[in-house]
Parts: sequence; C-alpha cells; structure tokens
Amino acid sequence: MSLRVKAIIMDGEGMRRVLTRMAHEIVERNKGTEQLALVGVLRRGAPLADRLARKIQEIEGNKIAVGYLDITLYRDDLTQLGYHPRVYRTEINFPVTDKKIVLVDDVIFTGRTVRAAMDAIMDLGRPQSIQLAVLVDRGHRELPIRADYVGKNIPTSRKEIIAVYLQEVDGKDSVVIEERVGA
Amino acid sequence: MRHLLGLRELAPETIELILSTAGPMKEILGREIKKVPALRGKTVATLFYEPSTRTRMSFELAAKYLSADTVGMAAATSSVTKGESLLDTIRTVKALGADIVVLRHPSPGAAHLAARVEGCSIVNAGDGTHEHPTQALLDLFTIREIKGRIAGLTVVIVGDILHSRVARSNIWGLTRLGARVRVVGPATLIPPGLEQVGVEVFHDLREAVRGSDVIYVLRIQRERQRQAFFPSLREYTRLYAVTAEILDLAKPDAIVMHPGPMNRGVEIWDEVCDSPRAVITTQVTNGVAVRMAVLYLLAGGEVKRDHH
Repeated sequence: MSLRVKAIIMDGEGMRRVLTRMAHEIVERNKGTEQLALVGVLRRGAPLADRLARKIQEIEGNKIAVGYLDITLYRDDLTQLGYHPRVYRTEINFPVTDKKIVLVDDVIFTGRTVRAAMDAIMDLGRPQSIQLAVLVDRGHRELPIRADYVGKNIPTSRKEIIAVYLQEVDGKDSVVIEERVGA
Repeated sequence: MRHLLGLRELAPETIELILSTAGPMKEILGREIKKVPALRGKTVATLFYEPSTRTRMSFELAAKYLSADTVGMAAATSSVTKGESLLDTIRTVKALGADIVVLRHPSPGAAHLAARVEGCSIVNAGDGTHEHPTQALLDLFTIREIKGRIAGLTVVIVGDILHSRVARSNIWGLTRLGARVRVVGPATLIPPGLEQVGVEVFHDLREAVRGSDVIYVLRIQRERQRQAFFPSLREYTRLYAVTAEILDLAKPDAIVMHPGPMNRGVEIWDEVCDSPRAVITTQVTNGVAVRMAVLYLLAGGEVKRDHH
C-alpha cells in the first residue's frame, strides 16, 4: 500500500500567510497578550505554536509563554488499539491556572485529540479559558467541539488523508490531500 | 511486549523504548496532580513472596499514577501458607481480573514459570539470585539522565556479584547498551564465566575504581549468606567498602549508585552516600517513572513504533 498525492492545499508561502492571519485573530480576540499562553499538541502542534508565538511577538512586541502537550496518556482508544503508542514529554513550564490557553494543533478531525488535550490541561491547573487554533479543519467531528481559529477549512472524505508537513519535523512546509492506493 | 522477565532476553531497541517512555513519565511525577488516565480499568496485582518495601511501593504508586487499580498479596498472609502452588496462585489472581502481575519470588525462574499462565502479563520484580529487570532499567535510566549516554562509560559493580540479581540484570543491560562493565569483590563472590559476556573481573577495589564513571555499590545480603563467603564483615569492609578515598580514584564527575537498602558503614561509608555524587534518591524516584513506562507498554500488548 502506498500514498498518492491528490491535491496540494497549501505551500510554504500560503502557510506563512495563514499563520500571520491567525496570530492577528488571536491577539484581536484576546485584546492583547495579557495572560495569554500557547500550548502546542505534540508533535506537529508544537512547531506551529512556536511560529504563532513569534508572530504574536512581532505584532505586540512582547514574548508570550509557549508549552508543549503530549496527549497520548489521555487518549480514549488506548484499550482498543492493540498496542500503546509512543509517549512524548509534556513541557509546560508555567502555571496554567488563570491563563488564557490557546491549544494549537495541525489538524482537527474527530475532535477526540482536543477532548484529550483539554483533560490534560485541566489536570495541570484551572485556566481562565481554553481556545483552539488549528491549521486545517477537515470536518467529521464526533464530539461537540469547534476551533476558534482556523487556517483553512478543507472538506474531505473519511478515506482521504490530510498530511501536514512542517519544516521543523519534516524539512518542508506544505499541506496535501493524500489517498491510499493499492492493497 | 507481553512480559518483562529479564534483561537477558531484551533487545536493545526494547530497552531504548522503555527508557524513552520513562522520560515523559518522570514529568508526570513532578506535577501537582500526579495522575493520568492511561490505564483506567486495568488491574495490577503485586505478589510478593519475599519482603520488600521500596520495590512494592514503587510498583503500586506507578500503577496508581497511571490510574490502574492495584491489589497486593504478601505471601506470609495468604493461601500460599496453605500450600497453593505458584501457578495456581497466578491462575487465581488472573481469574480475579488482574491484567498485569508483578511477582517477587525467592526462586530463580519463578517469573518465567508464571508467564506460562495465559492471559496476563508478568513483571519480574526479582526472582531469587536471577534477575531484577526494573531495577536495572531504572539504573540505566538514571545513568543516561545524568551522563547523557551509556555507551562508552565505565561502570564498576562492587560487592557480592554471585548472589545479586541486581548485578546480573545490570550486566546484561549495560553491556547491551555499550558500557564497559567491571566487577570487583572477593573471589568467592564472583561467579565464573563473566569474562565471556565481556565483563572485566577485579579483586582489588582501588584498581577497579580507577578512572570509572559510575560506582555501583551492592548491598551485602546477609540473608543470602548461609555459608561464609568471606571471613568476617570487618574483613569485607576493610577491603571493599566504598569510602571517600576510594571515590577519589574514580573520575572527578563519577557518580555513586546503590539499589538500597544500604548498610551504612558496611559496603558504603556515610561520607560517600551522603555526598552530592551519590544519586541514590534519584534512583528511587526514577524507579517509579521506569515502572510506569513498563506497565504502560505491557498494558498495550505488542510494542510498536510511531503511529501517525
């Protein structure tokens, strides 16, 4: 079985513009950066959170807190998987209590990852609010969850795969729709 | 990973996976709320046929921090005293609903025997003088955490190698990950054949310690000394106790480890075990993280790499 690229949705330039717009939206909605903190969901949410934080700093002039969250131990399908996926290290070196937390992830699909991420954050403290920023919303939600900031809405079929490639992880920036071919 | 029986049969990749899973687990131990839901609904039974406080508490806390339920049995107060066989006890515990059984037993091979019972995972928490895999894994984790690597380090294990399951498991693990291992002790307490697995044998402590990165001090296990393996405790202490003077012969950044419980003034001097170079309490904390990793990976069944 292999993957075939069906469509290229975003290139590096496109991604940069989308993130710039999202950074502005985050600052606008929160009326600045007071108590604001970004938390990237590992793995690809982490570099996206770093990039948004840099852009927000460019806009507002002050540094904001960034953390990384591994949600593996909070997944709701651990008992069904037949194996346990690799766990990465959560690094949130600031108290989340009373913060306005913006969760950052690459793709929102069923909403289950976000549910797990919210539970994980709540175990670390009591934030003032939790918002959600995603690069791609591909639909097919299974839980009553929506994103506050969306880079791009991409209607997909369940069979398609949305692949987000990031410079920091994959050596390139792009978003593509892939499809399984062969058996 | 179905069971954790010993380090001898563990591939280097599996050791690596356990160690790299223990890192994120240690972060959880530093939280105000030390609990994640990963093993909700799983049951971990601890079966201890030998006295133990720290290993048992460490496993129970590891299970609880992952939200598993725990039940414990100490042999002295159980139907073992009524003559039930080990396999029947394991079957009973499995029938009660245990997914993972943590077993400590005085007989070498007890964990391997227990693993014949279908349907639950066995963790060897020490089987006689044979192996104590989670102790060695926490030691490897601690060395790597402090030194940044294991390959190429010189580790000296001091004391009663013959009776030590800790030494045996550590020798397998350390050599597999590329460390140079030296053992030192009285000739009567060194098992034959260690050179064949790449271990250097010494009888002079000063010579063995010179230039080493890690000094691993074993406990003199008075309960296993039915015969006289050395003339007297005083004689042993004179030749093999790790003192500040001995520590000075190692590298300036060498660390001192001990699996506990310590006999102060016998195998290790106060000036050593209370010095900042002793990492004994770090070992204890890391033990919980490593056992969380082991329980997490066992509860997942097979070991698989990245999933995306």
